[in-house]
Amino acid sequence: MKRFLIAALFALPLVAIATEVPMFTLTIKDHRYQPTTLKVPADTKIKIKVINNDSTPEEFESSDFSREKIVMPNSSIEVFVGPLKAGEYKFFGDFHQDTAQGVLIAE
Amino acid sequence: MWGIALLVFREVLEAALIVTIVAAATRGVARRGWFIGGGIGLGVSGALLVATFAGAIAGAASGVGQELFNACVLFAAVLMIGWHVIWMSSHGRELAQHMKAVGGAVQTGASSLSLLLAVVALAVLREGSEVVLFLYGMMAGGADGLVRGLAIGIAGGSTVGFLLYFGLLRIPLRYFFTATNWMLVLLAAGLASSAARYLVQANLLPELGSQIWDSSWLLSDGSVLGKMLHILIGYDARPSGIQLVFYAVVVIALMLGTRLLGGSPRQAAVRPASKAAAAPELDAVV
Ligand SMILES: [Cu+2]
Repeated sequence: MKRFLIAALFALPLVAIATEVPMFTLTIKDHRYQPTTLKVPADTKIKIKVINNDSTPEEFESSDFSREKIVMPNSSIEVFVGPLKAGEYKFFGDFHQDTAQGVLIAE
Repeated sequence: MWGIALLVFREVLEAALIVTIVAAATRGVARRGWFIGGGIGLGVSGALLVATFAGAIAGAASGVGQELFNACVLFAAVLMIGWHVIWMSSHGRELAQHMKAVGGAVQTGASSLSLLLAVVALAVLREGSEVVLFLYGMMAGGADGLVRGLAIGIAGGSTVGFLLYFGLLRIPLRYFFTATNWMLVLLAAGLASSAARYLVQANLLPELGSQIWDSSWLLSDGSVLGKMLHILIGYDARPSGIQLVFYAVVVIALMLGTRLLGGSPRQAAVRPASKAAAAPELDAVV
């Protein structure tokens, strides 16, 4: 059992990388996300690209779909998300929570 | 100001909880204050460095440098905690004995202590680099109340750490090292699970099922209690399968490690404390 688990751990990343995933883009400007509502397919692995047009760093974060990644000023990052069950998932900018708020809708 | 205080509080709290468990686990070891203080100092310097090179780290490894870096830091902490836990299971009796031998120079604890110094440094480095980047952004944006916010956040986060520490001290001595050893095991397992999450985020590991359960209606990851339990026992409201695998592997490995290499942590911890550490054969262990 243990040996199987270890083998699976080493073999599976190769499988995971092989498939192409649809990408969605969020832009940060003046500590706000654009768009604030992002519709994505449910039960599918997706990639989210976050472009930070501000001159300050931001952290793209979500407790709902459990991701966090720092986006440096005037640069972009990509994170893999899901597959998510249908539903609404909040995300925010950890460094500007009063303005940087958005919702991911998986359907 | 309160926004700044809140963010700093959360990050300091995360690091403080780890430092607290380490501090409790090294209770009674001479010079541990220096080790822990040194770890915090190293961590703060490291955080400044990491923040300075954040752009370069993020760009490395075709865009997943940040995830790899975080995962490596976390795995390094897991290894060091794991080593300490297993080391404690065989040397815990000496340690408990030295607690009684006031002023006795503790040579034995030193190697394990420097590992825990590294754990403290890594914890402070990881959370601290976020604070540094955040403050840098705030400074650039000309936010007011920066220093006060920072002070309140640090004071608040460390207060919770101290409260937990003094709470832990109330555990009777004969159960103390068993309890702190278990806390270290769960801490390590939780850190490993977080590391796995970063590797999934970078698509370097499969999820093995996303959101195996959803307990966010009961306790969300975003709440302060959720965050505390996330650090202390690796709580996750919507864990992926791979996180559970990493968690279980670390718990099982450390349990087996302490059994095989040291005898059970309970025996090691309880014996000297209950039998008044005076047994002459204990000296031979050193
Ligand atoms: Cu953090």
